[in-house]
Amino acid sequence: MYFEFDIEGGDFSKAGLASSQLKKILKQLIGDHKIVKRTVVALYEAEVNVVAHAYSGKVIINIDTEKITINVIDKGPGIHDINLAMQEGYSTASEKVREMGFGAGMGLSNIKNNSDEFSLTSEVGVGTKLVIIAYLKKE
Amino acid sequence: MKIKDIVRVIEGKVICGHDLLESEIHKGFASDLMSDVLTLDTDGLILITGLANTQTIRTAEMSDISCIVYARDKKISEDMINLAIESKIVLIECSSSVFKTSGLLYNAGIKPVF
Repeated sequence: MYFEFDIEGGDFSKAGLASSQLKKILKQLIGDHKIVKRTVVALYEAEVNVVAHAYSGKVIINIDTEKITINVIDKGPGIHDINLAMQEGYSTASEKVREMGFGAGMGLSNIKNNSDEFSLTSEVGVGTKLVIIAYLKKE
Repeated sequence: MKIKDIVRVIEGKVICGHDLLESEIHKGFASDLMSDVLTLDTDGLILITGLANTQTIRTAEMSDISCIVYARDKKISEDMINLAIESKIVLIECSSSVFKTSGLLYNAGIKPVF
């Protein structure tokens, strides 16, 4: 199964649309399972990141019998220092983002903690690519 | 503890989810920081917050939180109600502070997450 969602930078009213849709799809496919909550929490934080920091973004989801693969690709300022961005508590979020209940520098580590595979690459001035993989069957 | 009893204890006002008031809640968490809420690995929580926006509903939806109390007399908007109905989340307004609301519920037997 393949899904695509667009995210608009700065538009908090739509942050969570992709994760909400993914939750409905996963509940139908695999029912109530820890993996559903972990995956939608990771995607939701990723959506909030795009809304908070980028100009626009795309969520691409692939689900097969083994895994859920999520690509979140944005056009935006990019991340200068990924290691620093991954540190809990480090944030460049605006006051507006903090007023929404985010921007405390926990998003990226929360995404990592809720995914089986996590990859973050970024080019300053171009954008950021996040790949999250969740395995449906764990050994 | 049933949600209807929670409403009585905190003298809250149910804004939506009137058909879900018989549901049981055992644990609670209080925060204005949604990223903190999203780190929790506990289902069926009640969230007590002083932050009233649609992201609190989205956070509850992703975290399997079935009831949100808006303390400090924060008002729930139409957008929040629509999202909550879609996700089957009970929204309650409460005029007490987050501290008092949490204290009342703790006294009534709602357990902390940690």
